[in-house]
Amino acid sequence: MKKTQDGAPDPVHSEEFLAVLMRRQWRISAACAGAFLTVLLAIPALNYLFPEWMGQDVGGFTLSWLILGVLFFPFVWAIAWIFIRRSIRLEEDEVQWARRGGDVR
Amino acid sequence: MIPLAMVPMLAAVDGWILALSLLTVGATLGLGYWASGKSRTASDFFVAGRGVSVGWNASAISGEYLSSASFMGVAGMVMSSGYDALWYPVCYACGYLFLLLFIAGPLRRFGAYTIPDFAEGRYDSPLFRKIAVIFVLFIGFFYTMPQMKGAGTTLAYIFQDITWFGSKGLPYPVGVVVVGAVITLNVAVGGMKGITLVQAFQYWLKLFAITLPVFVLLAVHGGYARQLSVRHTAPGAVVQAAAEGRPEVSAAPLPAKAPSDTAWRNPFGPLTTKAAKAAKLSPEESRPYALLYTYSLIIAVVCGTAGLPHILVRFYTNPDGVSAKRTTMGVMILIGVFYLFPPVFGALGRNLMPALYDGVGVRGTDKVVLEVPRVLGGTVGSVLSGVACAGAFAAFMSTFSGLLVSMTGALAHDVYGRMLRPGATSEQRMRMFKWCAFGVGGVATLLGCFVEPMEINFMVGQAFAIAAASYFPLLFMSVWWRGMTMPGAAAGMLTGGVCSLAAVSLTSLSVFADRPWFPKALDLAPFWLAHPLLRILCEQPAVWCVPLAILLMVIVSRATRSWVPADIRMKMLVLHAPESLGLKQEYVKEH
Repeated sequence: MKKTQDGAPDPVHSEEFLAVLMRRQWRISAACAGAFLTVLLAIPALNYLFPEWMGQDVGGFTLSWLILGVLFFPFVWAIAWIFIRRSIRLEEDEVQWARRGGDVR
Repeated sequence: MIPLAMVPMLAAVDGWILALSLLTVGATLGLGYWASGKSRTASDFFVAGRGVSVGWNASAISGEYLSSASFMGVAGMVMSSGYDALWYPVCYACGYLFLLLFIAGPLRRFGAYTIPDFAEGRYDSPLFRKIAVIFVLFIGFFYTMPQMKGAGTTLAYIFQDITWFGSKGLPYPVGVVVVGAVITLNVAVGGMKGITLVQAFQYWLKLFAITLPVFVLLAVHGGYARQLSVRHTAPGAVVQAAAEGRPEVSAAPLPAKAPSDTAWRNPFGPLTTKAAKAAKLSPEESRPYALLYTYSLIIAVVCGTAGLPHILVRFYTNPDGVSAKRTTMGVMILIGVFYLFPPVFGALGRNLMPALYDGVGVRGTDKVVLEVPRVLGGTVGSVLSGVACAGAFAAFMSTFSGLLVSMTGALAHDVYGRMLRPGATSEQRMRMFKWCAFGVGGVATLLGCFVEPMEINFMVGQAFAIAAASYFPLLFMSVWWRGMTMPGAAAGMLTGGVCSLAAVSLTSLSVFADRPWFPKALDLAPFWLAHPLLRILCEQPAVWCVPLAILLMVIVSRATRSWVPADIRMKMLVLHAPESLGLKQEYVKEH
């Protein structure tokens, strides 16, 4: 393990730091991808299983067209917004932790 | 100067359309030269990029992202196939989210500008770099073909009424060659090297060019929902909207080739059930096939977008990780807003210009965006059609130039500068860059001449399927799994890519079956009729190729554990630790 200038073990280069860092990043990415994929992959399944319900008229659109052609884009924006906010916060967290010397977690 | 002999020829061309198209070409080339005069070297460009605001940078990324497939192809495919084609714009936008969630941040921290850079840096293997370079070049040609179709279609549309050696209209290959030559020459002499200003300008031009005609057409002919609720009766009959108590919408009769209202408006229509229908399966029997097709298409486009090499480069033009993320948010919004409109054009085309269903090649639905504004008639129709043509020029110019620059760069710097002549001076490399630009541009133009019968959007989908089974597993696994080795990465990337390339080529070949030069032995149409499932798995191979590539990566990496780089912890730290900890600089110093 690398040492800092005063000889103490350097927390940033430790195996634990990497493991925690990757796990926390993975958790945010996987949660956002999970939410997004659930909705994305559910649409063909709903179209397949409940064609009448998805084909119902909503102000001239079919429900399915309204979801895919219009509403899906704001949904993607929301996921991207949440991910960006959370990952910026996580990075700030990690930097502060490393600057404190990695003792408190 | 236009030769005098051409004057009578040009008299048959709509002045507004020609003027607005030429203005776009002129503005793009002019802006390119003006901006490239200000920043000469590659490093100048990146440093200059650091001064660029989030808004400009987001516009530039979006400008590079929206190609002919987005501008013309999506509308054409929605018109020809209906609901199922909506998956393309949705997944083009979603793929960008995937890139953001899993790949963009780590790659930015790692400082890898291209896939070959990343391949070498992550595995310390110059050999893998060479493999990646050749693969990138090879796949690049698949992206250029739909751009050339867009160019050929637009020129054939603009010059549809001229007389060309006794026949009416400009032939498709002539348009491809003219546009290919102009862009290649421009890249070879040094214009348009991915300059932020030009790309940003082109995004706003494309958005303007697609929204203005849509708004005017919707104002005149009724809203989006109204266009979708138009009911056409049997083929050849006139709309009967009023009889059903719906608002009257004027619609021309549908030709026999057009899908019925039910098939067009609802999921599992002509696009996804084509194979099963051809095999004479009943509608009930063909639905599971259509579901499989849909899922495979989603995987191909979402994962394929996440592996788009020329998009990644622009993540580096932000000063830090936080503004890179803000830029990405901006891009998500800009491309999402854009993608709302092409499907509207598709619906308008179906109701206002159904004659396009009967056209093939350049006279088919791919030109719906360009031609539909004409129904407004008079100067308004011409101007709006001209605006749409200007957007089309912006679309294929930006994407083709971007691809040409990155492919030529790979050929000149990697293949020539590193593999063939490692000792070449920078002057020799610059000269080689020009020759390579002519070579790549020439091959791309030649390939573009052959793809007239294929839909723009379909071709892009196929290129994405190849990228999804090669680049995406490579990037995703390399970033998140420290146990990956070079042999594992190479085996997965090459097998996935080659399998999906082979599968896609097998089904695409049938398009050329009626050409005289086509060897009859290669016509697989009878085989596809008997095996609809195999046809779907070949036409949309992502559903099996992506898992296959990932599986191979895991198995081969496990078997070659000793190949894991010795400093893998440091590499993973550079990929994942916040940039402000300065690990990147430390890593560079150590190497």
